[in-house]
Amino acid sequence: MSTTAPVGTGARPTIVLVGHGMVGQRFLEALAERGLTATHRVVVLCEEPRPAYDRVQLTSYFSGRTPEELSVTDLEFIAEHGIELHLGDPAETVDRAARKVTARSGLVVGYDTLVLATGSFPFVPPVPGKDAEGCFVYRTIEDLLAIEEYAKARATTGAVVGGGLLGLEAAGALKGLGLATHIVEFAPRLMPVQVDEGGGAALLRTIENMGLTVHTGTGTQEVVTGDDGAVTGMKLSDGSTVATDLVVFSAGVRPRDQLARDCGLTVGERGGISVDDQCRTVSDPRVFAIGECALASDGRVYGLVAPGYEMAETAATTIAAAATADATAAGDESALTGTAEAASFTGADLSTKLKLLGVDVASFGDAHGAAADCLDVVYADSRSGTYKKLVIGPGGELLGGILVGDADAYGTLRAFTGSVPPIAPEQLVLPAGAGAPVQLGPSSLPDEAIICSCHNVTKGAIRGAVTEHSYTTVPEVKKCTKAGTGCGSCVKVLGQLVTSELEASGVEVDKGLCGCFSQTREELYEIVLALRISSYQQLLDRYGREDARGGDGCEVCKPTVGSIVASLAPTIGAEGYVLGGEQAALQDTNDHFLANLQKNGSYSIVPRIPGGEITPEKLIVIGEVARDFGLYTKITGGQRIDMFGARVEQLPLIWARLVDAGFESGHAYGKSLRTVKSCVGQTWCRYGVQDSVRMAIDLELRYRGLRSPHKLKSAVSGCARECAEAQSKDFGIIATAAGWNLYVGGNGGATPRHADLLAQDLSDAELIRLIDRFLMFYIRTADRLERTSTWLERIPGGLDHVRDVVVDDSLGICEELESLMTAHVAAYRDEWAETINDPEKLSRFVSFVNAPDTPDPVVGFVPERDQIKPDLPLLTIGTRPLEGSAQR
Amino acid sequence: MTLAPETTTLTVQLRLAGPDDNWFAVCDLSVLIPGRGVAALLPDGRQVALFLDRTGRMYAIDNRDPFSGAAVLSRGLTGSHQGRPFVASPLLKQRFDLASGACLDDDAVRVTTYEVRAH
Ligand SMILES: Cc1cc2nc3c(=O)[nH]c(=O)nc-3n(C[C@H](O)[C@H](O)[C@H](O)COP(=O)(O)OP(=O)(O)OC[C@H]3O[C@@H](n4cnc5c(N)ncnc54)[C@H](O)[C@@H]3O)c2cc1C
Ligand code: SF4
Ligand code: FES
Repeated sequence: MSTTAPVGTGARPTIVLVGHGMVGQRFLEALAERGLTATHRVVVLCEEPRPAYDRVQLTSYFSGRTPEELSVTDLEFIAEHGIELHLGDPAETVDRAARKVTARSGLVVGYDTLVLATGSFPFVPPVPGKDAEGCFVYRTIEDLLAIEEYAKARATTGAVVGGGLLGLEAAGALKGLGLATHIVEFAPRLMPVQVDEGGGAALLRTIENMGLTVHTGTGTQEVVTGDDGAVTGMKLSDGSTVATDLVVFSAGVRPRDQLARDCGLTVGERGGISVDDQCRTVSDPRVFAIGECALASDGRVYGLVAPGYEMAETAATTIAAAATADATAAGDESALTGTAEAASFTGADLSTKLKLLGVDVASFGDAHGAAADCLDVVYADSRSGTYKKLVIGPGGELLGGILVGDADAYGTLRAFTGSVPPIAPEQLVLPAGAGAPVQLGPSSLPDEAIICSCHNVTKGAIRGAVTEHSYTTVPEVKKCTKAGTGCGSCVKVLGQLVTSELEASGVEVDKGLCGCFSQTREELYEIVLALRISSYQQLLDRYGREDARGGDGCEVCKPTVGSIVASLAPTIGAEGYVLGGEQAALQDTNDHFLANLQKNGSYSIVPRIPGGEITPEKLIVIGEVARDFGLYTKITGGQRIDMFGARVEQLPLIWARLVDAGFESGHAYGKSLRTVKSCVGQTWCRYGVQDSVRMAIDLELRYRGLRSPHKLKSAVSGCARECAEAQSKDFGIIATAAGWNLYVGGNGGATPRHADLLAQDLSDAELIRLIDRFLMFYIRTADRLERTSTWLERIPGGLDHVRDVVVDDSLGICEELESLMTAHVAAYRDEWAETINDPEKLSRFVSFVNAPDTPDPVVGFVPERDQIKPDLPLLTIGTRPLEGSAQR
Repeated sequence: MTLAPETTTLTVQLRLAGPDDNWFAVCDLSVLIPGRGVAALLPDGRQVALFLDRTGRMYAIDNRDPFSGAAVLSRGLTGSHQGRPFVASPLLKQRFDLASGACLDDDAVRVTTYEVRAH
């Protein structure tokens, strides 16, 4: 089938976009922002089988991001703006004279404006064997799927050709797939484009320490294959050989300019479609080229997404201006709103910050010191794999720099580029703790400083969002300015700016916990810990709001303080038992009765079944108890058994039997650790690589009873197949051939979130130590009822900050976090065992204080599917009609 | 030797409808925990939630939560809001003024209050 749109006659003018990558998608958004999707027909030819996705984050597929989650295309946006998106249908020829594009399916589209955003293709050196089975490139989701399948099915060793930015990412991915990994780089150091010799050396040491084998200063001469035609190894130019089952070529990219060449557009000597300052091709005013396929007017091809975005904006602005001019010429003023601004792209900054194989690498500005008369300031510490270099101009201005191993200062330094920093340069590269402490906050930056280079957002714009639009949180400011929504490297600085701006403008943000306390939960935690205050009333009377002191507090702060005191109990010398002393009055009803209140006033009971492992004897006890007390039973999502329909006065009797059989509280009622699920793991499963059940049991027993801002869930999977769904947990563990990967901040429920990888290939001891720190840091800094997922999204710096704190100990608090956890573990006692042995506490478990043997008549049950369910009509019988309104 | 003070234990009593001195004994005062409630069953089958605040004042309201019908108000957390004492239902967290029975989160809803004393 072929359709041809009329060219330039009557119908709306047509814009055809070839290539729906990241830059293509940004271009479409820029068209929509300028109203052009309303006035123009927009047709997109997309070669890949899926709409634009986040190529920059491609590697996160291997840490669990699904292709759907990688998407950057909002299909509603496409539909709403009437954009015609043709998936899996690449443009094959362009007829510039007839202004027509023909796609592979035979579709023919006429254009008034043609925009090429075809990106790049990976360069594969012309060595023998390069097309053998087992050779791959690393560019698209399809490439990754193929690598994953091949690695799992038939590879134990992998080699990456190319030690640049992408090569290291690919190597990280192969290592993550459990392959012994080699990197072959022709240049004498890794990442030759971004870092200098010193930085390369620091990087090399760190990467070798991770167990990767690096071959620098040597090229790939031949890919060796076996009898079946599949890869078995590589011959290197230094005469050595590397045995490998899989090869990934990552030796740079080349602009995809074939389509342009074929239709006679001018391309550069080394490739790239030549464009002018407006991203218009130099050969044809109706054709534009943007992104990685374009050769910019400064003679460079930009292989980064930020410059591509800028080109997309420039092209859209230029097209909008032309459309306005056309409309004006045609006397049709109303056709277009918006003013014809002018835009140009004349080159961009190549600053990057990446986390490669867990190592921070950043370079910005004139990183290699190409300017005349510039000087270097270098700090290197080979032991820690840290290397920092700043390039300083003759006038003291910061020109650029390289940071390896610790790139915390990147956001601030990048923004200072071009100006003289208010602090001596050597102070900027010294690690915290060495020399005089320096605070180079973003408040000292000028308004024109670019904070977010992905979206070109200045400090002034961010301040404006706070002062003019009264946004008070980082997510709001992100949404308003787009800052921080690209590579994310600026979010930390963004957070600092928002806070300092709020403080400066004197906006009174009441972050107080409730009407009784003006402090946040985190602040109360610090007060309780530092001053060892174990009494709620003392805290309220001394630190509560003026008018709340001496009062009775409220239902918000009581359990919150109760939880803080409980988590810190052994350390501050407080009563750890939640029913002891004053603690009793602070607990929600669930904690007060150590069971979960259900809708008719009855309770449910969940004994702990660590890791979901249970003996037949114990199963029988649960069955007998449930039968004897007439309870409804159900298997929970956390791999344990919930028994429903117990009356208050039955709880101690039931628990006496359970404790006797060796059960203990499962804390299903508390804001505390729930379960650590597990899959059956290495012991039984043919795929398992570690004993996931044992680890789950160990973890559940370690953290049981730990009171936290919200419930905590965990799971351990025995291999990457992830049967235990660890990535939907607050902390999830997945076994690897070398140990354990720790994921944090996952959540199921109403707002699902995939957990983020915190650290890889940990030993048992390392894993436990890291979880200790992570949990205690969360408990310390989270808000009330804030799950780890929302906490990670909220705290300034997000995952990176948490990693800095708990892995790299940037705040120097890890020792304290660990000792807090050790104290908790040592002080753990089973609440139910304690309660059934305490007659005074037991006397509270009655429906009526004046008739201890009488059950609550409102709690009744009727049969359903051979079990019981609440008798709901009982809940309405005998209730007095509500005065004034019908019962809700 | 001085005389030891009289050690009679105080009893919590609720006033029932009927003659002026129709006080119904519920339990010893020492059973109540400041900041928490207990439930009492009245002779006519109605349920009352009794609370003690930190200053020693007592309050009594109907135990049925009008929003869910469950008899659970005695198990809620108490607090004070602008000097007025309240209890929050443990089910859906609506708050009720302990002195007046008025629901603080819905003007149209109110629970019965009872007179209570320690005697
Ligand atoms: C693993 C990896 C990590 C990266 N990390 C970073 C990073 O950290 N920071 C950074 O700034 N950049 C990074 N990049 C580079 C970044 O992804 C690119 O700069 C960016 O994707 C370029 O966008 P683009 O739209 O120009 O090209 P692409 O995203 O490549 O999109 C071009 C699209 O056009 C399609 N196409 C080509 N020819 C045709 C045709 N004839 N008809 C129809 N469609 C066609 C292609 O199939 C492709 O889908 C990374 C790249 C990779 C692969
Ligand atoms: S996660 Fe792996 S080890 Fe565990 S059950 Fe699934 S396949 Fe087996
Ligand atoms: S610098 Fe990349 S998102 Fe801001």
